[in-house]
Amino acid sequence: MTLIKDQTDAGGLPEALFSVPGMHCAGCISKIERGLAATPGIDSARVNFTAKRVSISHDQGLTVPDLVAAIGRLGFEAQPVLDPTTLVTGEESKGLLKALAVAGFAAMNIMLLSVSVWSGAEGGTKDLFHWLSAMIALPTIAYSGQTFFRSAWAALRHGRTNMDVPISIGVILTGALSLFETAVHGPHAYFDGAVMLLFFLLGGRYLDSVMRDRAREGVAALLKHTAPGALVLGKDGRTSWVDAKDLTRGMTMILAAGERLAADGIILKGDSRFDLSLMTGESAPVTLGVDEMVHAGTLNIDAPVEVRITAAGADTAIADIARMMEQAGQSKSRYVRIADRAARLYAPAVHTLAALSFAGWMVAGAGWHESLLIAVAVLIITCPCALGLAVPAAQIVAAGALMKKGVLVKDGSALERLAEVNVALFDKTGTLTLGRPDPTNVDALGAEDAGIALALARASRHPLSQSLRRALEDKQTPAADVSALRELAGFGVEGLWQGHPVALGRPAAGAATAAMAVELTGAGAPVLLTFEDKLRPDAATVIAQLKAAGIPSAIISGDRAAAVAPVARMLGLTAQTGMHPQDKLTAIARHTAAGAKVLMVGDGLNDGPALAAGHASLAPASASDAGQNAADAVFMGDSLMPVMTCIRVARATQAIVRQNFILAIGYNAIAVPLAIAGLVTPLIAAAAMSGSSLIVVANALRLKGSAK
Amino acid sequence: MTGIALLIPIALGLGLLGLFAFFWSLKSGQFDDLDGAGLRILIDDEEDAPRP
Repeated sequence: MTLIKDQTDAGGLPEALFSVPGMHCAGCISKIERGLAATPGIDSARVNFTAKRVSISHDQGLTVPDLVAAIGRLGFEAQPVLDPTTLVTGEESKGLLKALAVAGFAAMNIMLLSVSVWSGAEGGTKDLFHWLSAMIALPTIAYSGQTFFRSAWAALRHGRTNMDVPISIGVILTGALSLFETAVHGPHAYFDGAVMLLFFLLGGRYLDSVMRDRAREGVAALLKHTAPGALVLGKDGRTSWVDAKDLTRGMTMILAAGERLAADGIILKGDSRFDLSLMTGESAPVTLGVDEMVHAGTLNIDAPVEVRITAAGADTAIADIARMMEQAGQSKSRYVRIADRAARLYAPAVHTLAALSFAGWMVAGAGWHESLLIAVAVLIITCPCALGLAVPAAQIVAAGALMKKGVLVKDGSALERLAEVNVALFDKTGTLTLGRPDPTNVDALGAEDAGIALALARASRHPLSQSLRRALEDKQTPAADVSALRELAGFGVEGLWQGHPVALGRPAAGAATAAMAVELTGAGAPVLLTFEDKLRPDAATVIAQLKAAGIPSAIISGDRAAAVAPVARMLGLTAQTGMHPQDKLTAIARHTAAGAKVLMVGDGLNDGPALAAGHASLAPASASDAGQNAADAVFMGDSLMPVMTCIRVARATQAIVRQNFILAIGYNAIAVPLAIAGLVTPLIAAAAMSGSSLIVVANALRLKGSAK
Repeated sequence: MTGIALLIPIALGLGLLGLFAFFWSLKSGQFDDLDGAGLRILIDDEEDAPRP
């Protein structure tokens, strides 16, 4: 019995792709695949564990929310991946990997032949080996060198030069000259050098591309936050499912409890509480009624409402934020990575050196053939193998070390930017705090009341009920036997316990002193249960350590001053409150204008633009997709410590990168004079090249334990 | 010399074989889900099959 049907069986059925971040073991894979395959209408499901995605091939009749619900019934939260372009990520890396494999294969074979030549093969044997090397090397150069040739050509056509120009010239000249040498039975052929050069360079490029692939998801994914569509009430009173892109102004959406809005609108009928944390960052739900404005992406908690659409698609407030993020992100894309900065200086220097040595030897009276040979040797020797590996090797190792600590770094330049920050700005809700309500006075409940509370809380999916249930279950409270459970929209849950009416719900008017509270009417007098959003453990330590590392912190929050003040006081930080996304951008711009490099740590959608604008940014894994997308790195778990770990590892990486540059430049300082003097034989070139590359990689491996 | 004439093509051929095997595995998606492949062996596929 095979669980997964063959691809051809599923031909013709629509496929849908979902992101399921919650899977973490083999059990999850089998649960999702079997469970979905057993659902009527679903033909097959296939999990990609590395990408944490499920692709489902299903009947036409099933809609996206049906599938999300099907995954939900298995106990996993799923989000549809709307943008199919995310599927093609990694194509570039794959192409580079192929080129690397070919170059590696060719380099090994040519090296075997070269070793026999170096150890004294003479006459016919040597010629035969040279010809064999040529037969392997020339097709390899043509295939594996394409990346460099294309990029060099693109640069030259625009009248610029880059690292790939000397590489291309070097490789092509070496190949041509070696072919000529072979034809005239010359003593030296540099095929081994040329191919090995390609191999090491492609190794560096491949690592670099792997680092960059991670970040390719883009702002487009932000709109994942809005619902993929909505139930629309037609003129004839019938409802139909309409995709988000087809929603227009004036339509009436019916929004069930627990659903997110697909467009901005005004409430026509019903009132309910909405989770606005996406827009404002405030964790307490807000009650909204008829004629009040609701925004796409906000979550309806309590009761079904009817909403008339006032703005859909690109006009929604959330799309506005997406645009703001895109603009803010542009400054980041203008950041010039350290390797590119080095290349700008390097390429002209190499050209000049090679040209000078050619001219020098011509003037000194050597023939054009010998002069050209020396110039080529200079090009090969100076080719930036070690330089190309210096940065990506260190960053890959550092990213791997951070990954083990639960920090996902999205690209290499993020590590470079993280190392440079000197001011940290924190969002409050969900960043400094856990972003979820925790009951503060559960212990005040008597045994009977606790049991009743648990039974009532279990009957509701309201965030406060859920949190109360978790807290009580953690204390191993046995649930009381409550019958006739009923959830009243906008109020809470009620039921019967030993004939008494019991309820868990909104506190009576006047009693609501705290922002988040529920009232339990149980066995005795009513009890007010309050909730608070707790600080992340280690928050104070991290703030102190950041300060010690020369990074002062501050809070910028969209929350009310009253809610932010206790946190700010506890951590000894200054805070700016009531900030809109635009205000946060302005705050960052002000710091940047003063010459600071801002580290933004935040989670909500309202932090999205700020995360994109910060010199570097971090988001917790509990963050909204927008936050995760805009941030340079995402950290898991409740602790805030990863923020400090990131900074430490980034700085260590930068130190290793600098050492690697020094090593690479030191190697050049020794090898280039030899090359200019005409002393470099193929043997020396091969040894020098592989030696320097290996040293650089070995140095980078020292970062392995850096996240401890 | 005849030995070399025979051995070199054999060596190259074996190497090429490995290279093509790698290309094939890359194309057939064996590198798409590296973590998942390792976990899948832990799934008991034959739970409902009759025990011998």
